[in-house]
Amino acid sequence: MIQAAIATGFGCLSLAVLLALWRLLRGPSAADRILALDTLTIDAIALIVLFCIAHGSPLYFEAALLLAMVGFVGTVAYCRFLLRGDIVE
Amino acid sequence: MPVIIEILASLLIVLGGIFALVGSWGLVRLPSLMTRLHGPTKATTLGVGSCLVASVILAPGTQGDWSGHELLITLFLFLTAPVSANMIAKAHLHRQRARLDPRPGDGVEEDLPPTGTAKDWATFWRPEDRSEP
Repeated sequence: MIQAAIATGFGCLSLAVLLALWRLLRGPSAADRILALDTLTIDAIALIVLFCIAHGSPLYFEAALLLAMVGFVGTVAYCRFLLRGDIVE
Repeated sequence: MPVIIEILASLLIVLGGIFALVGSWGLVRLPSLMTRLHGPTKATTLGVGSCLVASVILAPGTQGDWSGHELLITLFLFLTAPVSANMIAKAHLHRQRARLDPRPGDGVEEDLPPTGTAKDWATFWRPEDRSEP
């Protein structure tokens, strides 16, 4: 039963990644693309967590944690660049 | 592994996938950026949190011990999602005011409403305006 649930979760998350990619390509504004990138990062974290559950190994949780931190820093850096034209003042 | 834990974890995983899908569907379907912000920042974050809780309750059965990594990821995501949404909304407001981005063509108002006082919204203040009381 847990295998079927994991397969369903993988399917839903893959579809979510595709929808976010569509918004990333479509735009129309720069903030939309930043939001789509942020969504892609969160979906990637969920995919890594599901991969950990499916394989029963805790090895990849560090990757998920790093992605959570770096994704947040990246989103803030993009927004700072749009606001100021510069990241580190 | 007890059956009840397996049922609970399966439900949480499916629920998490559905929430992430709903968030991305909102990102595609909603009309303007201020409405699109709701989908990924709320629904998708909740979906990831649901997957992480499923991992927490499955860990004693598959890995033999409890681990705190999942709770750390959950805490970090729930702390950073509002901050990044706030930053995106701020960048969007400034670019809309400077007419740098295309307006959504469906009549959705993207500008902030008038404050009703002599002062403008705080996000549009420049440093040289700070001297006035």
